[in-house]
Amino acid sequence: MNSRIVHIARNTFREAVRDRVLYNLIAFALLLSGAAIFVGQISIDIERLVVVNLGLTAVSLFGVVIAIFIGIGLVSKEIEKRTLYTVLSRPVRRWEFIVGKFFGLAGTLVVNTFFMAIGVFGALLYVAHKFTRPDALILVALYFIILEFLIICSLALLFSSFSSPLLSAVFAFSLFVIGSFADDLRGFAGLTHGFTRWFATGAAYLVPNFSALNVISAVAHQHAPGAQLIVQNTLYALFYTAMALSGAVLIFERRNLK
Amino acid sequence: MTARQRTTVIASASLAVSMAACVLLLRHIDRIRPQASIDDVLYVASPQMVKRASLGFDGLMACIYWTRTVQYFGHRHYNREKSYNELAPLLEITTTLDPQLFPAYQFGASFLAPTPPNGAGEPARAIQLMEYGIAHNPDNWQIYYNLGFVYYTELKDYKSASEIFARGSKVPGAHPFMKILAAQMAEHAGDFATARLLWSATFETSNETNIRQNAMEHLRAISVDEDVTNLQAAVTRFGERTGRLPSGMSELVAAEHLPGIPADPDGNPYQLTPQGRVQIAKPDDFPFVTKGLPSGYKLSGLPKFHTKI
Amino acid sequence: MKPADPSFAHPDAVTLVTGRNVLNAVVLHIIFFGNTSLRQSLAQMTAIEILGLEKTYKVGFWLKRVRRALQPLHLTVEEGEIFGFLGPNGAGKTTTLKMLMGLVFPTAGTARILGREWTDPEVKAQIGFLPEQPYFYDYLTAHELLDYYGQLSGVPGKDRKRRVDEVLQRVGLADVKGVQLRKFSKGMLQRAGIAQAILHNPKLVFFDEPMSGLDPLGRREVRDLMEQLKQEGKTVFFSTHILSDAEALCDRVAIINKGELRGVGAVEDLTSTVQGKVEVIWQGTQIPASIKALGAECHATGDTVRAVLPENQQDAAIDALRRERIRLIAITPLRTSLEAYFVEKLQHSQTTAGTTA
Repeated sequence: MNSRIVHIARNTFREAVRDRVLYNLIAFALLLSGAAIFVGQISIDIERLVVVNLGLTAVSLFGVVIAIFIGIGLVSKEIEKRTLYTVLSRPVRRWEFIVGKFFGLAGTLVVNTFFMAIGVFGALLYVAHKFTRPDALILVALYFIILEFLIICSLALLFSSFSSPLLSAVFAFSLFVIGSFADDLRGFAGLTHGFTRWFATGAAYLVPNFSALNVISAVAHQHAPGAQLIVQNTLYALFYTAMALSGAVLIFERRNLK
Repeated sequence: MTARQRTTVIASASLAVSMAACVLLLRHIDRIRPQASIDDVLYVASPQMVKRASLGFDGLMACIYWTRTVQYFGHRHYNREKSYNELAPLLEITTTLDPQLFPAYQFGASFLAPTPPNGAGEPARAIQLMEYGIAHNPDNWQIYYNLGFVYYTELKDYKSASEIFARGSKVPGAHPFMKILAAQMAEHAGDFATARLLWSATFETSNETNIRQNAMEHLRAISVDEDVTNLQAAVTRFGERTGRLPSGMSELVAAEHLPGIPADPDGNPYQLTPQGRVQIAKPDDFPFVTKGLPSGYKLSGLPKFHTKI
Repeated sequence: MKPADPSFAHPDAVTLVTGRNVLNAVVLHIIFFGNTSLRQSLAQMTAIEILGLEKTYKVGFWLKRVRRALQPLHLTVEEGEIFGFLGPNGAGKTTTLKMLMGLVFPTAGTARILGREWTDPEVKAQIGFLPEQPYFYDYLTAHELLDYYGQLSGVPGKDRKRRVDEVLQRVGLADVKGVQLRKFSKGMLQRAGIAQAILHNPKLVFFDEPMSGLDPLGRREVRDLMEQLKQEGKTVFFSTHILSDAEALCDRVAIINKGELRGVGAVEDLTSTVQGKVEVIWQGTQIPASIKALGAECHATGDTVRAVLPENQQDAAIDALRRERIRLIAITPLRTSLEAYFVEKLQHSQTTAGTTA
C-alpha cells in the first residue's frame, strides 16, 4: 500500500517538473534580486524589512498560485484525459491515488520553497551584508508558509475531485482570500444574532485560517511567534489537510468515471 | 464489508474527527492571539501604506478595518482594559481608506477623546480625525457635530464648540438642533439641559451599539446629577428655614411637598447622610456621574455599561 | 466402486489420492478440506462470471429520465479462451468493461473475476486492461510509463526492468522507448497500451477495441499477439465491432445491442444456425421463373447471371436450369459468416423493439 502512494507521489512530482513549473523560480529570482538591488541603492534604512516582507510574500503568493493551478487539474485532468483508466485497472485503491497525488503536489511545493528560501537569504545577505540571530525566524515563517501550502493543496485536490478546473480555481482562490481574513470573519460572526450567527460562525470556523499562519510582518520585525502557537498551528494544518483529503476520498470513491 | 465500504467508513470518521479537531484548535489559537487582526496595525508604518497595499480594493479594506475597530474596542472594553492605544491608528487607517465611512468619525468623537478607561485619551487626534473628515466631506453636517461634541465634552472649550455647531448648522440639510446647540453653547454651556440635548442628539443619530450605550450612560448620569443638585438645593433651603439639617429623606420630602421619595433612574431612593449630603445608593451603576458620590468614593474608572439598549 | 477400505478414514489425502481414482479424490477433498477450496478450484476454471450487471443512468435536468446503458447481463467466460464481445457502437460494451474494471459502479448485479469478487483490489494484479483509444501521461517516455505501471502493479524492481524491455520488444516499441509519448502516433499508442496491459503477466486481459486505429499490418500483429497469449494459457476478453477479427480469433462470442445480450456461443455453433447460401452462375441473361420462385436474388451482368439462393434449394435450381437447357457455369457455397448471424440478431432486436414499443 505505501509503496503505491510513494510511486504516485513521485510521478506527480515528475509531472510538475516536466510541466516546467520550476521555471517560476526564475521569475522569483528576478523579482527578488531586482528588489534587493533597488533597495540597496536608495538606502532608506528599511532594507531588511523590504527584503523579508517582499521575499516571504512572494514565496507565499507564488506557491499558492502554483498549488492552485496544478492542484485543480490533479484529478479532473486525469478523468478528462482518461489516463486514470489504466491506473485504476491496477491494484491501486482510489484513496491511495488521492493521497499519492497530494504528497506529490506538496512535495513539489516544498522543493520549490526550498529554492526560494535560498533566494531570500541570498537577497538578505546582499542588503544587510551579514546575518543576525533573529534572521533564523525567517525559517519559522517559511515553515508556516509550507503549512499554508499543505492546506491549499488539499483544498485544490478536494475541488478537483468533483469540479471542473475553472470552477476549482475560483473556489480555491476564493477560499485563500477569505481564509486570509478568517479572523475578521470570526469576529464578524460574533457580532451577528440568531440564525445568521450560527451560519456565520460555522462558515467562519470551516474556512481555512490563514491569518494565524501569516507571521510575515511579525518576523520582518523580528518578533518570534510563541512555541505554543507553532505547535497549535502545525496541528491545525495537519487536521485541516486531513479533513479536506477525507472529503476528497469520499467524493472520489463514489465517482463514476466517464 | 467490501474494501470500498471500509474506505468510506474510515474516510467519514476521519472527516468528522478532523473537523472537530480544527474547530477546537482554532478556539485555542484564538485565545493565544487575541490581538490577531491588530498585528497589521502595529507593524504598518502609515495609513498610506495600507491604502497602497489594498490594491485598489480600498472600500472593502475600509469595511474590514472598521469591523476590526469596533471589535477591538468592544473586546477591550468588555475586559475592562485601561488603554486603547491602537484605536487612533485603526480609525485613521479606516478613514484614509474610505473618507466617507461616517460612523468612524462618530466613533472617534465618542471614544478617542475621553480619558482612559472610557476612551483612548487622545482628544488632539480626535480633533485631527474630525477635521480630516470635514475636509473630505464638507457637505456633511454630522462631522461638524462630532467635532463640536469633542470640544464640548472633553476640552470644555464651549466657545469653540459653539462656533463649530454654528458652522455646521449652515450646511444645507443640517438638523435644526445644530442651531439650537450653537445658541445653547454660547449662553448656557454648563447647563444640564444643554448636556442632555447633546447626548440625546448623539444617541439619536447613531446606530452603533457602543456609541448609543455610552450616550445612554451619560444621560443617566446627567439625570442623577440634576436630581442630586436639586435635592441638595432643597436641603440648603430646609436648613435656611429650620436652621438644622433634615433628619432623613422623608422629612425633606414632607417639607418640600415632593410627590414621593425621590429615586434614581434605576429606582433606588436617594439617600441623605446625617451631614446633609445627598448621595446615590449604588454609585457603581452610574459611571459618569459627578455629584452624589459618597465621600471617599473613587470612581473606579471602569464603565459598567450594564444598560441594555 | 470398490468396497469400503479402512484406509479411507486416513486423514492423509495425498496417499489416498495416489492410490485411488480421481472421483474418490474429489470426494475426499470435499470431506477433509471443506467445500470452499474445491469450489475455488472449480471456480478457477471460470475466468469471468458476470451476474446480472446492470447500469442505468439518470439523465435530464431534473434527472427524471432514465437511460438504460446495460440491461441485466449474465455471462460466463472460461479460462484459456479468447472471448469476443461484439456489438455496434453504443451497445454497452465499453460500459460493461468499465464496470468490471471498477471505473463505473453498476446499478445492480455483481461479477466474479478469477474466482474473486470483482471489487477486490488484489484481483487487479492478475488482470490487464487496454481501454479504447488509450491516452497516457504524455510527458513520460514509453519506458518510464511502463516502469511506473509496473510499480503500481507491484512488479518487483529487478523483474520490472527485465519485463519492461521484454514487453517493449514484443510490441515493437523497443526503438522508441526513450521518446515521450506525446510524440507517438495512434498506432504506437495502441501498442503501448497493449504493452502496459500484459506487462505484469496477468492471467486475464481485457481489450476494448484493440484494433482501432491500426493499419492492416498492425491489426495482424495484434491478432498474432492475442493468439500467443492464448497459447500462454491466458484468457483474452475483447470487445470489437469488427466481425472478421472476431470470427478469426474467438472461441466464443457474445453479441450485445442496445444494452441487451442477443446471443452467446461458440463461433461455429452460431454461424451454423444461419442458413447457408449458394451462389449459382449460368450463361445467358435469362432468368427462369422457377428459379425466381425459389427465392433467389438474381443479377444479370454482361452475358452471365449470378443468383444467390438458399443452400437447400441448390438441387431444385440445378434441375430448373437443366430443364430450360441453360448452361451452368458454377455453383459455389457461400461461407456463412458471423456477419449474417450478427445482422440477423440485430434485426431481430429491432423488430422486437418495434413490436413492444
